[in-house]
Amino acid sequence: MQTTNIFSFHGGIHPPENKAQSLTLPLGHPSLPKELILPLSQHIGQSSRPLVNQGEQVLKGQAVAINNGFLSSFLHAPTSGTITAIEERVIAHPSGLSDLCIVIEPDGNDCWTERKPLDDWRRISKTDVLSYLAEMGIVGMGGAGFPTQVKLQGAHKHPLTHFIINAAECEPYITADDMLIREKAEQLVLGIEVLQHLVEADQVIIGIEDNKPQAIAALNNALAQHNNTIQVAVVPTKYPSGGEKQLIQLLTGKEVPSGQHPADIGILCQNVGTCVAVHDSIYLGQPLITRFTTLTGDALKAPQNVEVLLGTPVKHLLDYAQATHKKISRLVMGGPMMGFTLNSIDAPIVKTSNCILAASKKELPAPAPEQACIRCGMCEQACPASLLPQQLLWFSKSQEFEKAEHYNLFDCIECGACSYVCPSSIPLVQYYRHTKSSIREAREAAVKSDLAKQRFEARKARQEAEAAEKEAKRLARQKTSTQKTEGKATETKKATPAAETKTAIPDESKKLKVDIALAKNKLKKLQKQLVEAQENEHVEEINHLQLQVTEQEKTLSLLEQQLEKMATTPAEKSTKAAPAPVNEELKKAKIDVALIGAKLKKAQKQLAESPDDNELKANVRELEKGLAQAQSLLDRLTSSTAAQKADTPQKASSKPTVNDDLKKAKIDLAIAKAAVKKVEKALKKAEELKAPESGTLRQQLQEAQQRADSLEKALSNPQTQSPATEATKSNASTDESAAQKEQIKKQKIASAMAKAAINKLKKRLAAEPDQAESIQQEIAAAEKRQQEADALLAQLTQSQDTM
Amino acid sequence: MLTVLLAVGILLALSLIFGAILGYASVRFHVEGDPIVDQIDAILPQTQCGQCGHPGCRPYAEAIANGEAINHCPPGGQATIQALADLLDVEAIPLDGDHGTETAKRVAVIREDECIGCTKCIQACPVDAILGAAKQMHTVISDECTGCDLCVDPCPVDCIDMVEVGVTSKTWSWDKPQGVAATSMNIIATDRKAEVAH
Repeated sequence: MQTTNIFSFHGGIHPPENKAQSLTLPLGHPSLPKELILPLSQHIGQSSRPLVNQGEQVLKGQAVAINNGFLSSFLHAPTSGTITAIEERVIAHPSGLSDLCIVIEPDGNDCWTERKPLDDWRRISKTDVLSYLAEMGIVGMGGAGFPTQVKLQGAHKHPLTHFIINAAECEPYITADDMLIREKAEQLVLGIEVLQHLVEADQVIIGIEDNKPQAIAALNNALAQHNNTIQVAVVPTKYPSGGEKQLIQLLTGKEVPSGQHPADIGILCQNVGTCVAVHDSIYLGQPLITRFTTLTGDALKAPQNVEVLLGTPVKHLLDYAQATHKKISRLVMGGPMMGFTLNSIDAPIVKTSNCILAASKKELPAPAPEQACIRCGMCEQACPASLLPQQLLWFSKSQEFEKAEHYNLFDCIECGACSYVCPSSIPLVQYYRHTKSSIREAREAAVKSDLAKQRFEARKARQEAEAAEKEAKRLARQKTSTQKTEGKATETKKATPAAETKTAIPDESKKLKVDIALAKNKLKKLQKQLVEAQENEHVEEINHLQLQVTEQEKTLSLLEQQLEKMATTPAEKSTKAAPAPVNEELKKAKIDVALIGAKLKKAQKQLAESPDDNELKANVRELEKGLAQAQSLLDRLTSSTAAQKADTPQKASSKPTVNDDLKKAKIDLAIAKAAVKKVEKALKKAEELKAPESGTLRQQLQEAQQRADSLEKALSNPQTQSPATEATKSNASTDESAAQKEQIKKQKIASAMAKAAINKLKKRLAAEPDQAESIQQEIAAAEKRQQEADALLAQLTQSQDTM
Repeated sequence: MLTVLLAVGILLALSLIFGAILGYASVRFHVEGDPIVDQIDAILPQTQCGQCGHPGCRPYAEAIANGEAINHCPPGGQATIQALADLLDVEAIPLDGDHGTETAKRVAVIREDECIGCTKCIQACPVDAILGAAKQMHTVISDECTGCDLCVDPCPVDCIDMVEVGVTSKTWSWDKPQGVAATSMNIIATDRKAEVAH
């Protein structure tokens, strides 16, 4: 046995020890409780994963939960019995929250499963020993519950100079490690030997405070019998010498750098409890299912240390220690400095529970009210981590997390020395804990938001790529289709070598197409507006209507200009490509005419309803003007098409186009006639109402009639023209069609007259309800007449169309 | 006269030299992009929920850089507003209620037996946190869910619930102490006695 130098650490305090009360009685062994509650999360890291189901029988020492990831641990049944539930139960946690627990109802037999000690641990590989320790559920029993095999693996990365066994147990009241050493000094030494074999450190030191003479004696005894290389270093009693970093400083004089682990400077620390657990698993094949726990406090009649099964409810232990429940003002798990208040006595003992302190009011009075910091600096004097608690308090209070981190908040071991010495009773540690968890939360949120951002951006990129792919496919399709048509065009070119101007045609047609597209857009807009206007049947909407009409006129004039250009240029340039666009334009112009006609109709209707409206009248006049313009444009177009047709007499194929034009022109004529009819109707109405403006209306009617006539003339013009140019066609069919045309006209007039009569009669019916019967008869007769005329008209038009 | 000319000449030369240095520096140390947008974007919670009226957090960051109000982000809440106010050196204003209210963190949960597998929620999810295929049951990867609500409306059978993420023993954090003068300040024994006598 060698003696070692003892160094010192900054700060520290000397609170009343209160260790004697729990050492008066020998180690106790409580009876089996009614149920054992095993939280799945008894250690740092991921919760364990249950291996058993509800209702299953388990034997003592059987694994009931498996490690779930790297930083996790096994759990074993502390006794034989039945799994009654795997459910949320209150756990020993400062939050007082519930967590998933395996509940075992003991059968009382305490029947062991097959135990397989690892007798040949010296011969087999260290990795196997480590995994065996993991399977035995060994975790650090000092407080944090860090899985032991992970800690040992971490120590492998650096050559170890010191292997320190922490037996300091500096916190007041707690004597569990003291009792453990007294009871199991031999097992402890054997356990240390196993660990030393695994880590191969230069020096093995047991650090123990000088307030445990009996334990020190027991240790020396055991060491004398077994091993001479392990040193015992007795350190002076000072809180918190049992802190890992503080004990390292005490025994080696080295300080663990901020943000690093002891292993980084070649030092490993293990608690005595862990060493005994390692012994039990390696030599006896017993997993970690029991631990030493101190039951103490003024509220207990029999304070003592007990070797307790994990999962035993605190209530059971309090009863065992003869607690006076009324006297308990605060039930603390852990010591008075670093422990936390238990809200429920149903919480179970876990692998890290070293003490249950049932304190009376006198023992642990309620914390005094916090007062303002007087900057005495006593906290700085007490801080074992050499921090500036006062600065950290400011930053914590003002939520300046960055500054708090800059002042090494995360090096705080939350020992409570600063709070203990604070004359203003400031709960400093609570501030630091809050700030630490806030910072951790913020970090986690930042990680999560980064991830969300990444995923969002990845999704956006994917969607864009998909859209681009689609577009590329569409373009490819378009290209292939144009190639096909181009191929066709070249074929026709070969067939007609006479046409040499063709190279200019694609350019021209392209330009025309763009123009057409533009015109189309405008037209679409206009149509939309028209629909809107028609939806608003109210007189108040007339202004809107007017606006739209002027707009329409403007677009129309634009269209006209374009059309004129196109009608003349293609005629000069080409004999083939031009007719198609011109036809298109013709169609559009006709649609315009139809639209204006519809507007006119509506305006006239409104005028009939309110004949005194001057605005309406102006509106009607304007519309009529627009109609006239459109009509004249249409005429021009028809004649230009006809002229083109005349230029190409050798082409027989021009006939269908001419026929198409004819049909269209006829439709226009019908529309114009309808307009005339409408004006007539309005006139009649005005006359009936004896309105003064009937004169103007009459004039309008005449104008409309004239337009219709001129249209008819225009229609007959190309009709006569085209057959004339078509040398191969007989004149007979032309004559026939002309005759038919005449007939259609007649029938139309007849139909219109019948309709007018019906209208008149209906109005009379409304005015003179006493003569209803006779008038209704007349209406029926008129309707019959009209139907006949319509039928005949339909027949005629059909026959003409098929011609 | 010569001194005046000399002075003017020297100043002219100096200005030319410094101008050249500044010009060189502006090219040499040119910062790509708009760093303020990145900084604002880093503060925003990246839920991509669109409650601010922008399609994602970055467009809102750009809008803030262009002068939009900083209080349009309900998922970020007052903490984000405070952080933005600190960054932009403007006054922290309360959250604009028109854009929603600050709620506890939530995640979407699909009632899986009711899901008809229409994939509409998958298309709506801005962070690809929903897993599934056409006519197959869908489910939410709760770790990736930002709780943006965007999947709730498209669901034709309303089988998506927004569930508050409760506090577990792993996510629990310590409360902040109430601070000075939170409790009765009668800490002098005689004061307390006087109080009892009343």
